[in-house]
Formats: sequence, structure tokens, C-alpha cells
Amino acid sequence: MNANQAAESNLLASNQQKELEDLPKDYPLSTSEDEGDKDEERKHQKLLESISSLNGKDRQKLADRSEASLKVSEFSVSSEGSGEKLVLSDLLEPVKTSSSLAAVKKQLNRVKSKKTVELPLHREEIERIHREVAFNKSSQILSKWDPVVLKNRQAEQLVFPLSKPQSAFAPIEHVVNGWKAGTPLEQEIFNLLHKNKQPVTDPLLTPVEKASLKAMSLEEVKMRRAELQRARALQSYYEARARREKRIKSKKYHRILKKGKAKQALKDFEKLQKVNPAAALEELEKLDKARMMERMSLKHQNSGKWAKSKAIMAKYDLEARQAMQEQLARNKELTQKVQIKANGLNPWMFRNHFIDAKEAEVQKDLEDPAEPEAQETSESEEEKAVVEEETLLKEFEERRSLRQKSELNHMAEPVHRRVTKDPSSQEVLSDLRALCQKLSTENHQSGKQELSSARTAQREEPAREEEEPMLLQRPERARTLDELEELGREGCVENEELPRTAVEGLQLEKNLSNHIGAPKEKKRKEQMIDLQNLLTTKSPSVKSLAVPTTVQELEDEEERDQRQIIKEAFAGDDVIRDFLKEKREAVEASKPKDLDLTLPGWGEWGGIGLKPSAKKRRRFLIKAPEGPPRKDKNLPNVIINEKRNTHAAAHQVQVLPHPFTHHQQFERTIQTPVGSTWNTQRAFQKLTMPKVVTKPGHIIKPIKAEDVGYRSSSRSDLSVIQRNPKRLSIRHKKHLENNCVD
Amino acid sequence: MKVKMLSRNPDHYVRETKLDLQRVPRNYDPTLHPFEVPREYIRALNATKLERVKIWNLTKRKCIRTIQAHEGFVRGICTRFCGTSFFTVGDDKTVKQWKMDGPSCGEEEEPLHTILGKTVYTGIDHHWREAVFATCGQQVDIWDEQRTSPICSMTWGFDSISSVKFNPIETFLLGSCASDRNIVLYDMRQATPLKKVILDMRTNTICWNPMEAFIFTAANEDYNLYTFDMRALDTPVMVHMDHVSAVLDVDYSPTGREFVSASFDKSIRIFPVDKSRSREVYHTKRMQHVICVKWTADSKYIMCGSDEMNIRLWKANASEKLGVLTSRERAATDYNQKLKEKFQHHPHIKRISRHRHLPKSIYSQIQEQRIMKEARRRKELNRIKHSKPGSVQMVSEKKKHVVAVVK
Repeated sequence: MNANQAAESNLLASNQQKELEDLPKDYPLSTSEDEGDKDEERKHQKLLESISSLNGKDRQKLADRSEASLKVSEFSVSSEGSGEKLVLSDLLEPVKTSSSLAAVKKQLNRVKSKKTVELPLHREEIERIHREVAFNKSSQILSKWDPVVLKNRQAEQLVFPLSKPQSAFAPIEHVVNGWKAGTPLEQEIFNLLHKNKQPVTDPLLTPVEKASLKAMSLEEVKMRRAELQRARALQSYYEARARREKRIKSKKYHRILKKGKAKQALKDFEKLQKVNPAAALEELEKLDKARMMERMSLKHQNSGKWAKSKAIMAKYDLEARQAMQEQLARNKELTQKVQIKANGLNPWMFRNHFIDAKEAEVQKDLEDPAEPEAQETSESEEEKAVVEEETLLKEFEERRSLRQKSELNHMAEPVHRRVTKDPSSQEVLSDLRALCQKLSTENHQSGKQELSSARTAQREEPAREEEEPMLLQRPERARTLDELEELGREGCVENEELPRTAVEGLQLEKNLSNHIGAPKEKKRKEQMIDLQNLLTTKSPSVKSLAVPTTVQELEDEEERDQRQIIKEAFAGDDVIRDFLKEKREAVEASKPKDLDLTLPGWGEWGGIGLKPSAKKRRRFLIKAPEGPPRKDKNLPNVIINEKRNTHAAAHQVQVLPHPFTHHQQFERTIQTPVGSTWNTQRAFQKLTMPKVVTKPGHIIKPIKAEDVGYRSSSRSDLSVIQRNPKRLSIRHKKHLENNCVD
Repeated sequence: MKVKMLSRNPDHYVRETKLDLQRVPRNYDPTLHPFEVPREYIRALNATKLERVKIWNLTKRKCIRTIQAHEGFVRGICTRFCGTSFFTVGDDKTVKQWKMDGPSCGEEEEPLHTILGKTVYTGIDHHWREAVFATCGQQVDIWDEQRTSPICSMTWGFDSISSVKFNPIETFLLGSCASDRNIVLYDMRQATPLKKVILDMRTNTICWNPMEAFIFTAANEDYNLYTFDMRALDTPVMVHMDHVSAVLDVDYSPTGREFVSASFDKSIRIFPVDKSRSREVYHTKRMQHVICVKWTADSKYIMCGSDEMNIRLWKANASEKLGVLTSRERAATDYNQKLKEKFQHHPHIKRISRHRHLPKSIYSQIQEQRIMKEARRRKELNRIKHSKPGSVQMVSEKKKHVVAVVK
């Protein structure tokens, strides 16, 4: 490198020298040369100048300098003013910094630093990769057919051809286009038409319609239709529901509905009050208007025809009475003035709400007796209901006359108290409540918990106190009832000291059964308890041994117990004797029977009490031949059934066929008849439906993507190939070469 | 006074025409119609026996046209998808396209197009939807009908390819079988082979299932047919074995449920796709080695061409009645079919339905094959028994015949 540079610099220097000597014409310094060599210094100066001007582009610029520029003046000033000596390094500097050489150097460096380039993959390798990629791609395309194939394989019935030929939906203009007037008559008609400028090929579809048809793909249309269908279905459901609800006759249902609506309205109103007071005021005004209308009209005044008829009935009919009351209540509701209190809760609404609640309670009380759970309390409740009704009626009367409202609360409370203080119901209720709490079974809780909670809390303590003695008394009573059974059990319980809770539980159960269950049930219950005791007999005995002496002993005991149990279980059975008996019966049954052909009364006297003579019997008795010896003759512990019919066996299936997993499945399929003798026509047709149906003469085309709802690829295979020119051309070339070689 | 009386709607018991059957209300109480299983069993037995009578007339047909197409053998022929023309390839290295309709009087019989190739073509198949066809010989060429040179040609190794088939559903896929025991799959769009499976022996031809895009069946020289899933070539889906000589051709029913195979053993057999044993075998005294077989497009008939230069037309379902069926006839046949299916496992019915008369040569060959197979199996079992446990593995029948899959 250094040598190179040196050589280059030498060359350059000599060239410059030549230039100076040759005095080229286009050089600006040539003019000054003409003046002669007067001054050495000046010469030197010029030389310096010329050398400095040699620096790259500057010398060109110097040549055509027309006006003073900073750069040029700088050079001249520096060279003239300083008068420094020329140094070799200065001379060499331009050579080093030459831009063209730097580029060369850079390139050289780069080439030096680069390592060897990797060989391109082998052609076979490349092809293998191509193949793999292509295979993955095409198998991905193929896997979209999986569901279709599976569906077709499992289909109950396939009717080929799969795609039905679409009914001719050729637009008329197409038909018209294809048709030409042939006969003279037709031509004449056409001439007439053309004279009148009648459009022959008037398109049926406007361009817009066509475009829209084209724009919508089949899937989109399907989706759109499904949407519409769904909306229609929803609407019809809604309508049906509304119709059904309208037709419901149950008053209770409508009452509940109305109540619900009222509640909702109240809520909405409250919300509205908070959100938008102005709108709320409007609402209020509306209510006011309604009130005014109500006051003006005679509706709900018990003065109508219906109301009068009801009034007559009211004496005897509870419902009529209620209906009247309801109407009155409605009147009241509507004529009540709406006021807004400071505490936020509307007194009108509040009162109304309260009435509603009360009415509901009354209703419940009336209906409760029907429910089985409340049977015991029905007495008291009925009493209470009657009392309440009376009070309510009174109230209505009062209200009608006085139009007062504040008394209601005060009136209602005493009523409650009066009812609950009923002494007869008190005991029963407390009993029940206690039971409920102890057993905590859902059924018992649901009905009575509410009742009990409504009662005053003061009665709780006495109830608790009461139940204890009752429970303790229980065993003695039971003993009197069923002494034999009870004795053993009692001993068991007392001796082994069952945990107290368990005893209590048992007793409680008994208690319950006594109270509720019929005598039969009671017996069963007691048996159950016995069983439980049997099970528990063992554990206390083990527990009583504080420290077991040996494990062996325990095991012995257990074994003995086991044996005891088995013995008890099979107390009455003699298995061996049973088996022998069975075998004897089987042998007897399999023996061929003698045939008795005697006819009583034939050839002798017959009648009741007369038997055919022994001689005759002997004569007409055909003895059966001795059958082959039984296979189990010498096997005392075995019965071999020889009933199997070998002739039938030839027709029977020996091995369970493939798709079935259990012989019962197979038997069931065979047992189900297919024929029309045993099935209705419809069922017969369904059962004998062939799996594949083809029609003679109908071409079955291979399945297409469009047939099964997939979108077929828009590009044809041919166009895809032709779009792939690069790879194709290479292959093509190769192919041609191959051909040439051949 | 209202008089109560029985009244019946005459529509319920009066027939419309006197040819109708009398309408009889029927009580389907099972107790009134006992022994349903034995009765149906007997019916099934009769139905199976009926099936065996197979007599039918073949209408005599004249040959309407003879074309001297090529010099030397005609190696392959295929029709265009529209049915208006057909293509032939021959030993004279040409591909010719012919019109289906014969020339009108005075005209000469001339091909529509003739393409002169460089090498001999051994097979040809036409694309199912477009004007493209494929030939095979030394390589698989894809041709545009309008051009005289192939638009694409694909090779994988050097061997002579005996047949090429387009996939009827995903029409850019092709399958070919070569003489070095390969079955090669190609993708026409990407102009590349996809995969290659090497079997024990040479495959003569393949056929794609027209209803299941990825299923094809290969007719092999080792007497078997192999049904493959294109995506998993290492194990065939099913090995169909019943022939006793090389299988030369195979064609699918258009329903995709069955296929027919032609064999060198002078018989053709019909296999259900999912069964390894054939359901039917056709043979006649005069029929020699069957070279090609086709199933008609309405799936009712099978045609086969054999060495003694005859084309035969067979019914695809031998016991089926041809012509128009009345509804009662149809119901009866459906019922019989159902009964056969229901009682198919009963020994007598199974025996009768499976029974076929076979020529002595085929029969004895089958016996021989059975003995050989049994001997091989016994040997394998013995080998397993007497070698170290685990060292010799039982190879399943499906895996036995696939040598390798080349990516």
C-alpha cells in the first residue's frame, strides 16, 4: 500500500513538473511567465502558488476566476504574507486526502475484511422445501372438506345428484335474445313492433338491481334472510306471549301483575323526581287529572249494574264481596289527592302500598288453609282471617262515610295482637316451631317459620322449656306401645351409653313421626331405628375397651360377629338341600313322559268316583323310551341344561357383531320389527329408507364447493398457472432442454 | 230428538279407483301380530335368496364409428368435461383431439388438433372444469388446449409414469403412478410435486373419490387396492383384498361409496370404500384379463373392456330391477334391503349373501392364497413366540405394504 502511494505521488509530481515546463496555454499563470525571470523570489512565489493551485478542483476554479472570492484571497494572502518554507509533507498532503483514492482504499478494506460467501442450497434441497410448503398448503385447503365428508358419511340418507338443477331462472331478455323470428308471421309481428318502437329486449332488471344482486354473495343473502327470519320469529313469539297473557283468567295473576306495574311506576316516578323534577310534576298533573275524571264519573262507585248485582251476592259470596271491596279501593286510590311530603315518600303512595301489602296478607291467609303444610294451624288462621275481613269491611264503610285514612295503622295493629294471643294455637305453634328448629328440614321451615317469626318473641322461652320434658317422656311411652322390640333396644341404648346427641336425634325423629306420620309410618320408623342400633352395637363395645389387650382378640370378635351375622341372615336357608331339590326337578323335567291314552268310560262304566281299570290303563299307556343318559349324571354339584336346541342354534348369531358393545343392544335391534305388519305406514317408510338414492339417467357430478356452501375459488387453475410466469419459464426452459437432450 | 249413530267418513275406506288396494284399518297391537322376529327372519332369508337370480339382457349395440387415430398403440383416451370431444395419446408421440360427433358424409375423419410431442405419452387425463389436460410419460405435462407446448411440466426423478389423474373436487391436484413403485402427487397451481409414497409393488392406476376430496384408491400389482388419505400417506385408510392377480384399473362410483376394480384374474369386483372385502364379483366364461373399467355417471352401470376385445356392460347392483318401479315395488325392495341389513349377521343369511359362484381357476387361486397367507401368519407368530419379547413386532396389514413416504 505504502509503496503504491509512493509511486503514485512520484508520478504525480513529475506530471506537475511537466506541466510547469510545458506551460500549457489554458493555465492562468502562463501570462505571468511571459514577463521573464526577473526576480527569484517572485518565481518562487509563483511556484508556490502554482503548487497550491494544483490541489484538486481549485486549479480549475482558479482558471476561470472572474471576481474576488474568499477562498482565493485567503490563499493569496496567506502565501504572500507569511512567506513560510515549503515542506515535503505539505506537498504530499493533497495526495493523501485525495477522495478518489479514499474510496478505493475503503473498497480494498472491505474486500479484505469479508469472509467467504455461503454456497447456495443444493437444487434438490430447494425443491424439497418447495414441495413441503406446497404440500402443507394443499392439505390445508383439503382439510376444509373434513366436516362435509364426515357429514355425508354419517348421513341417514343421501339423495344423488346432491345439487338439484336450479329451476330455470333465465331472465326473459336472455330468452328473447336467443330467439329469432323465423316464420313470416313472426317477422310481420316483429316489423309491427319495431314500427311502434316497442322495446323488444327490455331488460327486466334495472342496472342497480343487477348490481345489487351481483354484490350480494349467496352467503350474505343467506345471512340477511336468517336475520329477517329471526326478527319475525321474535315478533311472533312476543305476540303469542302477549295474547296468552291477555287470555289468562286468573285474577290473582292479574292482580300481581298490576301490583308489579304499580311498583314499577312508583320507582320510575321516584327516579324521575330525582332526575327531572319538571317531568315529575307533569306526571303529577296527569295523576291529578285522572283523579278529577274519576271524581266526575260514576265508575268504581258501586253504582253500576255489575256492582249492584255483586252487592246482592256479597252477603253470601266471599268473592263478590272481595270484588266490591276492590272496586271501592280503586275508587279511593284514584280520588286520593297526591301530595309530596318532605321526607320524600309520597303519603299517597305509601298508604296505597300499605293497603296492597295488607290485602296480600289477607289473600294469603285465605288461601293458606288449602296448603298441606298449614293444616294444623288452619283453625287459628281461619279465625284470624274472618276477624280481619270483618274489620276490613268495617273500615271500608267508615272510610266511605268519613274519608279518613290515618286510623288504618292503629286499627291493624290491635287486630294482629288479638289474633296472636289466641291461646289454643299457641301451644301447637310453639311445638311446631321447636320441631322446625331442631330438624331444620326445608318443608317444615318454609311455611311455619314465617308464622312463628310474626308471633311475639316472648313465647320462645316457655316453648323451649316445654319441649324438654316431652322429649324425655318419649321412650317410656314407646315401650308401652311396642314392648318386645323396645326392650332389647332400650337395653342396648342404656348399657352402652350412646352419645346423648344421638339419643336425642333418635327420639326427635320418633317425636316427629308420632306427631305427623300415620301409625303405619310410625312402625316403619321404629324399624329403621332398630337397624341403626344394630349397626351401632359394635362400635360402643370397642370403645369401651379403653386399651385393647391384643389385636387378635379384636379380630376374633369381629369374625365371630361376621359369622353371627351371616348365620342370622341365612337362618332359614339350607342351600345344599335346595340345590339337590332343584336338580331333581330338572332331571324329572327332562325325562321323557309316558303317554296315557286311556279314555275313561270307554268300554266300561264311567262317572264320578269311577276309575278306569288297571288292565285298561296298562294297555293304553305308552311308555316313553329311555332317553340318553344325562351329562351331569355323575356330577352331583352340577346341573347341565340340555334344553339347547341344536337346530335353532344353526340360525343363531354366535358372536356379538362389530358395532355393538353389548348383547342386549343387538337383541333389541333384532327384536324391533321393521315391516308394515308391525308398524304404521309412516314409521315403515322411515325405517326402510335406503341410505343412498340415485335416479337412473341422472348424471351425478363430483361434489363442488358451492354445493356445500363453501365459496369456490374465484381464480381458475389455468389463470393461476399463467400468473406464475417466472417459475414456469424456468421450468419450461428446463423441460425444453431435456427434450433437446432426448 | 237426536239419534246417536255410528258415522264414518267414506274417504277413510273407499278407494279412489278400483285398481287401488282396499283400505283396511289396521291394529298394530304387537300382541295381535306375534312372532315378528321369526317372520322377518324368514323374509330376510327369502330376500337374500332372491338376490342371487341375476338374469338380464344386454341390448346389442353396433359400433358406430372407428377411427384410425394413431400409428401403433393408442395408450390413453379421455373425454373433455363437456362431452363434445375427446383426446387420445399414442405410441407415435402425438396427442390428438377429436370431435365426439362423427363427420358428416363427404367429410374426412380428421382430428381437431394434433400435437407432436418429443416423447411417447402413456396416459392422458382432462381437467374437470377447464380447458386443461395432463399427459404423462417421462414427466407430467400440463397443457392448455389452445397451445402446442405444455404450460407446465413436473418431474421427480427419472421414471416412466403410467397414468395421471386429476382430482375431481380440488381440481388443481393430480396423482400419478410411476413404474418404480411410486405414487406421486402434484399441485398444478404451484407447479410442483407434493409427496411420493413408495409401495411394495407397482401401482397400475389410481382413482380419486368424487365425493371426498382427499381420498384416492390405488390399484396395485400385489393383488390389492389401497385407499389413501392424501394428507397421511404413511398408512392407507383401507386395504382392499380379494383379487387373485394384479389389479389393472379402478374407478369410483359417482356416489363415492363404492368402487369397481378390474383385474388380470379375469374378473371385476365391487368394493365398498370402507370395507376390505368386495361385495360383488363379476365374471363370465369368455371374459379374459380385464384391462379397464368405468362406472357410468348415473352410478347404475359398470363397463369393462377386456383382452378378448369386448366391452361389457354390467349392472352395478346385480339384483336391482331396471326400469320404472311402482311405489309398492320400491317399498318392497327397500324393505327387503333393510331386512338383509338387519339380519346380516345371522349365519344362514350371511352364508347365502356371501356366496358367489366363481370360475375354478379363481376359486382354487383363492384357496391357495388363503393357505399362503395363513402360513405366513403362522410363521410370523412363531417368530414372535421364539424370539426375545419385544424384539419382533407384529406389523399391521395396513402398514405392511408401504415402503416409504418421500417428502
